[in-house]
Amino acid sequence: MHTSLMADREERRFAEVSRESIKLMAESAGVELGDDVAGLLAEDVCYRLREATQSSSQFMRHAKRRKLTVEDFNRALRWSNVEAICGYGAQDALPFRSVKDGELYFVEDREINLVELALATNIPKGCAETMVRVNVSYLDGKGNLEPQGTVPSAVQSLSDDLLKYYQQITRAILGEDPHLMKVALLDLQSNSKIAALLPYFVYVISGVKSVSHDLEQLNRLLHMVKSLVQNPYLYLGSYVRSLVSSVMYCILEPLAASINPLNDHWTLRDYAALLLSHIFWTHGDLVSGLYHQILLSLQKVLSDPVRPLCSHYGAVVGLHALGWKAVERVLFPHLPAYWANLQAVLDDYSVSNAQVKADGHKVYGAILVAVERLLKMKALSLSQPVEGGSSAQVGSTMGSTGYRVSSPGLSPPPEPLTEAALGIASHLQAGGSGCPWEEWTPVPLPAMYSELYSFFGDSLAVRFSTGPGKGNYAPCNPSQVSNSRKEPSGATSNPDTTRKMPQLTANLNISPRQDGSPRMDPSVARASSVQRSRSSSSRSGQRSTGLSRDVFPKARFTPPQTGPPVFSFLIGGRQMGRRCQGRRPFQTTFAPSASLPIPPRAYTHKLPVIGRVGKPVRRWTCSHYSLHLPL
Amino acid sequence: IRLPVFSSAHAHFICKMAAVQGGLVDAVEEKTIKSEPVADATANNSANDARAPSSSPGSGVSPGVNKPAAGAAEDQQTLLAVLQFLRKNNLSESVEILRREAGLPEDSLDQKGGDSTGTGLGGPEADGRTDAGSLLSRVTVSSSAPSKAVAEDQPDVNVVLSAYSQQGDPALYEVYYSGLKKFIETVLDCHRAELSQVFYPLFVHMYLELVYNNHENKAKAFFEKFSGDQECYYQDDLRVLCSLTKKEHMRGNETLLDFRTSKFVLRISRDSYQLLKRHLQERQNNQIWNIIQEHLYIDIFDGMPRSKGQIDAMSGSLAGEAKREANKAKVYYGLLKEPEIELPLDDEDEEAENEEGKPKKKKPKKDNMGSKSKKQDPNAPSQTRIPLPELKDSDKLDKIMNMKEATKRIRLGPDNLPSICFYSFLNAYQGLTAVDLTDDSSLIAGGFADSTVRVWSVTPKKLRKVKSAADLNMIDKESDDVLERIMDEKTASESKILYGHSGPVYGISFSPDRNYLLSSSEDGTIRLWSLQTFTCLVGYKGHNYPVWDTQFSPHGYYFVSGGHDRVARLWATDHYQPLRMFSGHLADITCTRFHPNSNYVVTGSSDRTIRLWDVLNGNCVRIFTGHKGPIHALAFSPNGKFLASGATDGRVLLWDIGHGLMVGELKGHTDTIYSLRFSRDSEILASGSMDNTVRLWDATKAFDLETDDFTAATGHIHLQDNSQELLLGSYMTKSTPVIHLHFTRRNLLLAAGGYNP
Repeated sequence: MHTSLMADREERRFAEVSRESIKLMAESAGVELGDDVAGLLAEDVCYRLREATQSSSQFMRHAKRRKLTVEDFNRALRWSNVEAICGYGAQDALPFRSVKDGELYFVEDREINLVELALATNIPKGCAETMVRVNVSYLDGKGNLEPQGTVPSAVQSLSDDLLKYYQQITRAILGEDPHLMKVALLDLQSNSKIAALLPYFVYVISGVKSVSHDLEQLNRLLHMVKSLVQNPYLYLGSYVRSLVSSVMYCILEPLAASINPLNDHWTLRDYAALLLSHIFWTHGDLVSGLYHQILLSLQKVLSDPVRPLCSHYGAVVGLHALGWKAVERVLFPHLPAYWANLQAVLDDYSVSNAQVKADGHKVYGAILVAVERLLKMKALSLSQPVEGGSSAQVGSTMGSTGYRVSSPGLSPPPEPLTEAALGIASHLQAGGSGCPWEEWTPVPLPAMYSELYSFFGDSLAVRFSTGPGKGNYAPCNPSQVSNSRKEPSGATSNPDTTRKMPQLTANLNISPRQDGSPRMDPSVARASSVQRSRSSSSRSGQRSTGLSRDVFPKARFTPPQTGPPVFSFLIGGRQMGRRCQGRRPFQTTFAPSASLPIPPRAYTHKLPVIGRVGKPVRRWTCSHYSLHLPL
Repeated sequence: IRLPVFSSAHAHFICKMAAVQGGLVDAVEEKTIKSEPVADATANNSANDARAPSSSPGSGVSPGVNKPAAGAAEDQQTLLAVLQFLRKNNLSESVEILRREAGLPEDSLDQKGGDSTGTGLGGPEADGRTDAGSLLSRVTVSSSAPSKAVAEDQPDVNVVLSAYSQQGDPALYEVYYSGLKKFIETVLDCHRAELSQVFYPLFVHMYLELVYNNHENKAKAFFEKFSGDQECYYQDDLRVLCSLTKKEHMRGNETLLDFRTSKFVLRISRDSYQLLKRHLQERQNNQIWNIIQEHLYIDIFDGMPRSKGQIDAMSGSLAGEAKREANKAKVYYGLLKEPEIELPLDDEDEEAENEEGKPKKKKPKKDNMGSKSKKQDPNAPSQTRIPLPELKDSDKLDKIMNMKEATKRIRLGPDNLPSICFYSFLNAYQGLTAVDLTDDSSLIAGGFADSTVRVWSVTPKKLRKVKSAADLNMIDKESDDVLERIMDEKTASESKILYGHSGPVYGISFSPDRNYLLSSSEDGTIRLWSLQTFTCLVGYKGHNYPVWDTQFSPHGYYFVSGGHDRVARLWATDHYQPLRMFSGHLADITCTRFHPNSNYVVTGSSDRTIRLWDVLNGNCVRIFTGHKGPIHALAFSPNGKFLASGATDGRVLLWDIGHGLMVGELKGHTDTIYSLRFSRDSEILASGSMDNTVRLWDATKAFDLETDDFTAATGHIHLQDNSQELLLGSYMTKSTPVIHLHFTRRNLLLAAGGYNP
């Protein structure tokens, strides 16, 4: 017994393939092997493996690489007249997965739908051309012209075509012809080959600071940001930070254009805020701590009384755009202090103050809209635990891949169910150390309402009673809310709804297409409650969906306008591949009402999106594409 | 005496050709080729017995030279066997040709097996003929071992291994070994280092004997117990060894066959050797004594035993050190006389334009030429030692350009370091495996793992193809600018891609006249590309395994290649078969370089030795040991006197070719050195490595040493550890391994590598 154990250990020391494995393999081929035979075979296999490994290393050395590749090993096998192993040529690391109970480890090998792949039109075109570039690294052996050991920032030099494209696009966007601009923006939004130009565009956009006197140019640049953000083929990476700072500039800075009261910089700020939230929701995961940074800078502006009111306005709409949680954490605690200042402005009826007062009213309106939604969402979130019981089983069947479709508006996804699974939402909970809202404790809803009521008085109260549609959203009416929530939660039982892009429709009123400030617009309440009703009843949602698409197209294709399916969430979004890596069959992504025939047009539209995996630039060398069929 | 060498090699080729003609080269068929000479050799065994019984073909340095008679007889037998094989396969024409070339009488085959001395008489006359013939008509295999080296000609495995069959008690192996170990540990300090050299070869052979005789567990235990004692630089070999635990695995393991077929060479002083011998005889330790007798070659010298440092500097190769006499042959390392070139008139005009240059320039040039032409370097080979191609007009122009540039050359030195330009290959996702630059630095070529070769022009002048044949007919051939007119302007581009290989391109080399490009690949071929038409001209097949490196001779026409089959080959561009085969390395040849005078080639191998071969007769004239890893970079100094080598161990070693001695060690790199280059005037040595640095070394100082007669005679070197003093600078790249270095004619250093983000 002891000796056999020793032998066993010995064998393991010298061999990596155990007899058990050999036996398993033999079994799978339908052969029974004795212990001794398996042992001998195992030893021989190990020897051959080691031999092949040793000879494969010379292919690595001669290729002047440090990393041994599968290709090297295959060459060694081929030269020793052994069949090469196919299917492992991808340059990315292959993740090993384990099955706990079987002690089985395997490489995940998903099936690939060749038809989809073949018909996909967005297969990344080959990377830039191989080229030689020379630079003088060391002059006279000492003075090096560039800092040592750094990586060139833009390795891909531009080809002539790209350069031309870049010039034409920037000229079109910043030029006079609105039609041309539209075309350029549209192309920027859908072109799959402009990855190399990204740094250049980001640079152009960072020029916002130099055109702060020209609202038109600022607007165009913001549209450019939008197009870039919406381009599904671009991996923004760390450029997100740069884009965000440009957008923040438009939101917060007292622009030169704001001096003239005739300039409608408010719309620009609204639009920028909208854009900010869009960037954050779609690309926030690319830069860690982005949420905190944004909140911090908004808070800083808000708490700085020296700043002009237009900056404050920007901070408020920015917070509003980031969601009710942001409002609750930053705006609400600051409100008492801020109110005093605002009140002073509003109470000054002198002529000289007229302009400032008008600005003050804008801020007032913005705050009102923000806190209104805060209260509504808070009420809704309070109602959820009650409803949790009913949706618990739904959640469990969905597993971790399906995210709840809920919580319309700009708030983070509902915390009780999915918070833990969400990277972005967890920013809210687990803030970086030293953040001022670390010690923040939620204020109970009634207390919040009464405090806000003390500021706004009836102008707040009236907003909760005049909403049309079904829902009668009294601040505290959990039972009603929970009732109306039932339906959508049923809709979410669709197992394949991936994480939904936040619905931005509540912000319709501050979209740049509409005139006037948000607070002046009486449709605010209606719009938001329309939005609410959209989620509660699939019928009534169409109008707002349509509107939202107009203002801010989120998906590359939108649900058909003719049919009732409403919960047709994008499948081309960036979130899609983030967690579950793979493509999921798009058919199931569609409408909860399975009986509904899918219009063929929508179907064909979807095809291009199929080949897509999470982050195109980083992932495109992935093995999926090694099967790429030349068409 | 040369005859057998020559003819057997030819027979070898014909044999191969026959095999190719026969279609599938079946292993069985091959065996018949091999086994017959063996069978025939039995009649010849007396000759073989005259030598050490184990000195099988291919061992060490050309035994044929030492034992001409035996070699001749053996080769005669081989030849006869080949002839017989050919006849059996009805290749009568080949038989006829071979017979005629070998100078064998017509009836030689019939009296095969009879008295072979009769046939040997054909020798002298053939000898005279071959000597008279041109270089190209003579084909020799370097070491007279005809049947070794190429993979298909490996010595019969059974014969090789059977030497292990005699055995003592396996249980006593450990006792023997530890007994010897104890003894060596107790001898005087001065002897201990020398005697410790015995450990490694003894250990390996004892282990293999145990394995061969199926004492698997004993072998494992033996390995376990003593492998830790071995020098760290044998780690790689030990790793191979430890995976080998079955007799069945011993067949086909090349490392093992190498170890077995070649004697491990040790240099030991007479005193130490006597000590060891006396000990073993006293103990009646026959087991160990037998191994030492049979598998080790002990090169005994008189005088003081060497120190540990001296031994470590020279050891590390797969088969021990080089024998002293291996490095005694005369090497003509001097440079060939530069051809006298009349300065054409237009050149004068040009100088007239260049006013300030006029008075000065002319003189140094004349001096330069004069000094070169007058002084006949005693160490230089004669101008006609090997036939070199005639200079074309364009070559002369290029030489003039070169001289002009040389006058503008920067004198480098420790206080005047070169500027470095880095050529980065961007987006080279397909894997950059080799780079070369033309001598005038106008073209750069890259070999890639995706089998392509890409050529770029690094000057504003674009690359153009020659027009098609039809278009060429249209042009006026009398016009002055006909050379310009034949180029197709439409094809002008910055780079061209050459498709043809079916495996990664590991070696690449421009011809000196920039008309051709050579590339060697994993697919076993070397291809010659025209840089006029950008098409493949020839595919040289000969290496049947990956060809790791190739290089053009500095005078063009010839090129050398080496690869996995352990044979370096010398080719001429207009011959589809090699002119010379240099065999002797015990593992892959990893890099090959031509001596500046084209009379020698040097090869580096993964057996961790460097060998210098004479192009004229194919002899191995130098064996340099001391590297502890496969050699990946070699460079001759421009004056031809010195050689620098770099290996995976991150060290650069410097060698004096004339004396056959290691003269320096440059430590500093932390990863494999892939490139070495001397500045144009030999003042600076640049080394490029996988560790993303270029380092500059003071070559003037490194080679500034007097070799005394004693060192030259004994080969005992004293290296001083002065790497830090010699290191002039270390320059980081931008995360790019440096795989090629090049000094322009004005001494600007160019480096190249593929950027891998």
